[in-house]
Amino acid sequence: MDLLHTFEEDAFRDEARAWLAEHVPARPLPSLETREGFAAHRAWEARLHADRWSVVSWPREYGGRGVDIFKWLVFEEEYFAAGAPGRVSQNGINLLAPTLFDHATAEQRARVLPPMASGEVIWAQAWSEPESGSDLASLRSRAVRTDGGWLLSGQKTWSSRAAFADRAFGIFRTDPKAPKPHQGLTYLMFDLRADGVTIRPIGRLDGKPAFAEIFLDEVFVPDEDVVGEPGQGWRIAMSTTGNERGLTLRSPGRFLAAAQRLVQLWRTSGDPADTALRDRVADAVVGARAYQLFTYANASRFAAGSVIGAEASLNKVFWSDYDIALHETALDLLGADGELAQGEWAEGHVFSLAGPIYAGTNEIQRDIIAERLLGLPKGRR
Amino acid sequence: MRFLLTEEQAAFGRSLEAMLTAADTPSAVRAWAAGNAVPGNALWERLAGAGVFALAVPETYGGMGPLPVELAVACVAVGRHAVPGPVVETVAAAALLAGLAGQGEDGPAKRLLPALSSGGARATLTLPDGGPYALDADTATYLLTVRGDELRLAPGYGALHASADPARRLYRPEAGGELLASGPAVVTAAGYAADWAAFATAAQALGTGLALLDRTVAYVKQRTQFGTAVGGFQAVKHRLADTLIGLEFARPLLFGAALSMTTADVAAAKLTAGEAAYAAARTALQLHGAVGYTEELDLSLWLRKARPLRDAWGTPSHCRSRVLAGPVRDASPGGWRGALGRG
Ligand SMILES: Cc1cc2nc3c(=O)[nH]c(=O)nc-3n(C[C@H](O)[C@H](O)[C@H](O)COP(=O)(O)OP(=O)(O)OC[C@H]3O[C@@H](n4cnc5c(N)ncnc54)[C@H](O)[C@@H]3O)c2cc1C
Repeated sequence: MDLLHTFEEDAFRDEARAWLAEHVPARPLPSLETREGFAAHRAWEARLHADRWSVVSWPREYGGRGVDIFKWLVFEEEYFAAGAPGRVSQNGINLLAPTLFDHATAEQRARVLPPMASGEVIWAQAWSEPESGSDLASLRSRAVRTDGGWLLSGQKTWSSRAAFADRAFGIFRTDPKAPKPHQGLTYLMFDLRADGVTIRPIGRLDGKPAFAEIFLDEVFVPDEDVVGEPGQGWRIAMSTTGNERGLTLRSPGRFLAAAQRLVQLWRTSGDPADTALRDRVADAVVGARAYQLFTYANASRFAAGSVIGAEASLNKVFWSDYDIALHETALDLLGADGELAQGEWAEGHVFSLAGPIYAGTNEIQRDIIAERLLGLPKGRR
Repeated sequence: MRFLLTEEQAAFGRSLEAMLTAADTPSAVRAWAAGNAVPGNALWERLAGAGVFALAVPETYGGMGPLPVELAVACVAVGRHAVPGPVVETVAAAALLAGLAGQGEDGPAKRLLPALSSGGARATLTLPDGGPYALDADTATYLLTVRGDELRLAPGYGALHASADPARRLYRPEAGGELLASGPAVVTAAGYAADWAAFATAAQALGTGLALLDRTVAYVKQRTQFGTAVGGFQAVKHRLADTLIGLEFARPLLFGAALSMTTADVAAAKLTAGEAAYAAARTALQLHGAVGYTEELDLSLWLRKARPLRDAWGTPSHCRSRVLAGPVRDASPGGWRGALGRG
């Protein structure tokens, strides 16, 4: 057991740090949930990509550097420590790409991945529907066979950044007569600007306009945009949610950097007599460290050949609860100024409140932990 | 980078588990609490035979250490099986003597460490940075005290102070006794020993929490109410899920601390493991219902340990101040790089 970085990893860290020091915008970009911010972040993705920093763990042929999971973690630590912009292409990179690596054809990978890596095509996730949130398998949007492809109809909702994104991926019912709701679903990619697509932005709790619902009226999708076998959509979709919850969605680098900023805030404006607040600052430091080390332990297991499983749910509940506690502590440290909407902590706070809802609600994650990790009886779900 | 136990380390843990499972530790704990040390002493000899007490002792003094990762594995097993006796204190005493020797004062180490390492002697101690009580002084071979910058062998101890956990027998050492060492080296060594005490207690607490969770999961699977296993109710499941989350995020902190042994890392591990184990106890008691609130049920042995372990050798508040007093971390580089080094 060790926590030692190799010379190679340290060299990689130094290279990333130097690049970031030179290129990270001096002033924060406008929020990526707004139209102008979206454009600015797309340009940042192109900048990252030009020097092969946008998808470091991907194979070189698709624009990556082919680095292993430990170097990916090193990169993330540097990225967040440098205060670099949020990743507007995260749905594609974190959710669709792993699916494509596991299930797509070589042609699909060659066509879809490079423009994803460069930010030329930004993807939205079209999974949730008005009647199908936690019970995603009950979804009703359908894809009907037609010449050379499929016609999509129905409604998707709560799609992050879909108001400005280019394409979307989701699952659709292709066999309404299948005996079980998880069967007869197909995983498809489609164009958000195709005929028959209507996008309606929905202001989020923080008023940002990039969230959207997607109405689909006989939207044509060619066969080449089906991922995996028709009818296998559920299995394909579920094989990658572990990535989202377990690893990529909230990298430990983000929380290490945030806890560090919190300590600085406490040192500059904390009241030394307020030990209750001091304790919460300490908890934030400890939580970030715990999350980092938990991830390193998981990464070590993957490197030794195991695959991510239900333990991803431990991660999801931990980081989402942690994120809220961290931001609440910062707001309390700020006192009266905590209320001001423009601050980085205030923005982060509103967003953190969504953590226990998206990527599978924490209630559902706790069920998974109880049933799959502790072996408790399966409940009705 | 390989932040996972090696096969040898995991095998060591499995062999301790098997040995302790076979040893009927609950009756040894009950006897210990009643003042009968015989079964506890037998357990102690088995631990010593497995090499547990050699892990904190440097090779020069007959030990195999210091091996904090292996020690953490051992102390988790000690906690899981509620092994009675001053295991943590013996480890801390070894660290104290080794720490002194590291600064050139090797007389006490030469004299006391070989017997501690082999398990032939056990020690208990009080340090400026701990509470006033010496655990299990009545069964310890050596009762060490650090006051100011003096390390002494205490001449005796007063009356038993009953702990909330009757298997933790608390005594106040008497003042005076043979002076073993004095000066700044003692102060430094005492700080080092306090870290090892907190570290070993964190591991013991984690083991305690894991035992509480295991027993509770087994119980809610077989206890039925309203015609169904109570473990099928979502409110029950979610509490147990939270218990697992608490313990599983304490584990990496414990092993991270084992690799650096810095005061801040140890404090983080102690804080988190202590809180997770106490929360596990609260959940275990609640989900057992009234039967959990009886001393007859073996569960009580762990239930009563959880709170004292949370506070022994570093209360949560003390640990939090240690975390914040730690070096300002460079947020990016392998976390706490200074301590971890490069390889
Ligand atoms: C900020 C944000 C971004 C999002 N981005 C996307 C996106 O990009 N693409 C996308 O497809 N979706 C996205 N979502 C949607 C998200 O995936 C869903 O909100 C989530 O799956 C929950 O579904 P729901 O909102 O319909 O809640 P419901 O499923 O209606 O749940 C309501 C409440 O009931 C609880 N509940 C439901 N079933 C159970 C049960 N069996 N046991 C216990 N409690 C239960 C839930 O936990 C929740 O507390 C996003 C959501 C948010 C908030």
